[in-house]
Amino acid sequence: MAAEQKRVAMTGNEAVAHCMRQIDPDVVAAYPITPQTDIVQYFSTFVSNGQVKTEFVTVESEHSAMSATLGASMAGARAMTATSSQGLALMWEVLHITSSYRAPVVMPVVNRALSGPINIHCDHSDTMGSLTTGWIQLYSESAQEAYDNLIQAVRIAEHPDVLLPVMVCQDGFITSHGIENLNLLPDETVKQFVGEYKPEHYLLDLENPITVGPLALQDYYTEVKYQQAKAMENAKQVILDVAAEYEKISGRKYGFFEAYKLDDAERAIVVLSSTAGTAKAVVDSLRARGEKVGLLKPRVLRPFPAKELVDALSSVQAVAIMDRADTFSTAGGQLFVEIRSALYESDKRPLMKNYILGLGGRDTTTREITKVYSDLAAALEKGRVEELITHLDVRE
Amino acid sequence: MALPLEQYLRVAKMPHIWCPGCGHGIVLQAIVRAIHELGIDTEKTVIVSGIGCSARAPGYLHFDTLHTTHGRAIAFATGIKLAKPELNVIVITGDGDAAAIGGNHLIHAARRNLDITVICFNNNIYGMTSGQYSPLTPQGSYATTSPYGMLEKPFDLCNLVMGAGGTFAARSTTYHARQLTNVIKEAISHKGFAFVDALSQCPTYFGRRNKLRTPLDMMNWFKDRAVPVNAWEKLSPEEREDKFPIGVLKKTQATELTEVYKELIQQLQQRGGE
Repeated sequence: MAAEQKRVAMTGNEAVAHCMRQIDPDVVAAYPITPQTDIVQYFSTFVSNGQVKTEFVTVESEHSAMSATLGASMAGARAMTATSSQGLALMWEVLHITSSYRAPVVMPVVNRALSGPINIHCDHSDTMGSLTTGWIQLYSESAQEAYDNLIQAVRIAEHPDVLLPVMVCQDGFITSHGIENLNLLPDETVKQFVGEYKPEHYLLDLENPITVGPLALQDYYTEVKYQQAKAMENAKQVILDVAAEYEKISGRKYGFFEAYKLDDAERAIVVLSSTAGTAKAVVDSLRARGEKVGLLKPRVLRPFPAKELVDALSSVQAVAIMDRADTFSTAGGQLFVEIRSALYESDKRPLMKNYILGLGGRDTTTREITKVYSDLAAALEKGRVEELITHLDVRE
Repeated sequence: MALPLEQYLRVAKMPHIWCPGCGHGIVLQAIVRAIHELGIDTEKTVIVSGIGCSARAPGYLHFDTLHTTHGRAIAFATGIKLAKPELNVIVITGDGDAAAIGGNHLIHAARRNLDITVICFNNNIYGMTSGQYSPLTPQGSYATTSPYGMLEKPFDLCNLVMGAGGTFAARSTTYHARQLTNVIKEAISHKGFAFVDALSQCPTYFGRRNKLRTPLDMMNWFKDRAVPVNAWEKLSPEEREDKFPIGVLKKTQATELTEVYKELIQQLQQRGGE
């Protein structure tokens, strides 16, 4: 039965900080960066007030933050950090080390555009750039989802079949600094749900000394990478199992993605995080006019739920994939190329179009999204897509 | 000397983002005044910054400017100087930028005695992210991340630069604005790595937590603790408690990187021609 929950008004960052308080990790190491800063800021208050038992380490860069977090994790601690944008970019080297050491580190990431030019507002260039680092990635539309995803992330990361680090993403400023109503679970419920972390192998276990990260060349490197790939495959089932269990305590349902009015939709858009909220409003107003439109909002990008996405999009006739970051490949955004590639296996391939939007915090309004749906209608009428990749709302 | 600000500032970028009472405007003015008084060619002057409150300064300066990533301004500046040794390269940095995330670049530029000028807008705090302690936060001071007082010992950046081999190091404060201008002039004129520790007040995120609520309180704090270097040398260790020296702390000549680099290239080219 779902636990009795407290309705509160919080920013996304505050919700995540409270979630970290409830998780009460053994170690948090961090370095300030906008717009993540106040997650750790709020959390440091909980540390100072004795509300958590966490060892809180302030370091001199994000590279050190990730390194200290990983070190703590390898010593058997439940360890967390948080970052954004350039901070994530600076961590890049250690992101790979963390996943390959199979350290179940959990990290809230507040999405912010990468420099340059320097920009502090939201897009997804930071986490899109780390899709190949071996981390599980969960995306959140709202403060509620950021909170729920973070609790589940601990269980996913630490599952013995997985043992991979997890990023929990929310949109910078829009979600991180916007205040919304959400439900917090009781502290005790979260504590029981995440349980105590009991690693099978860890450093400083004097009875069973181990070496982590030693040289592996032509002899073993391939096997290590294969095991990481298998762990990522295993994560798919674990993500669903943890979501089912979480639904029991929270009443909130999670999967690989959210399908919104998609069942009988002829036209659909696929969009991540906060923009999905705006898009749902457009779906509602177009539906009220009798238009068969729907939306798919991915929650899990790593592991990539290719088969499930194909099933969900197979009855749609035209799809627009919205990417909040460019790849500069000239072949479309990351979400577009991955979903388009997945649909290659489908018998019924919809018309597909890619939009690059919302870069560096540029607002995407209902007007732009309405235009995307009408573009799809025009494509259906013609039976083809005229322009494969469109940069939305740009001055030329 | 009247200072034609429009000549040096991107007036259209005003108002600036710094908080009321911030000392960074005073340091910026000291830099502009130093450049004006030296009469150096602004067309041959490049200003480079990293990330933080200090790093916003080049955005207001009507020069060729480069706003880079956190801690890396000196690394970018090294590339500029080696590619075009004839340029005056000035790095504007802060205490978090220069001493924490970018500390390595600072000591190596000093070690190489690269002919650039580094001016650290030192406000003892991470101002841009609203008040976490930095490696220059004095022991015992309060910051959002040191609610019981800073435990760690801060760097003395001038000592660090001098120890690493930098040939010019000076310190001044926003209270001593005239002297600050003069040491910046000397730093820019110096051949070799020149470092200026420019103490700047952050009443918003440092002062308010440390019983120095107003900009004036903070500037008086500088005034009461700063000791001219000549007088400093005569103080006993006990008398130096809670005090710091201001003025030019080191000025020596040593082999400069771009010059020896140029000499090497010339030698190799001559040898190649034989």
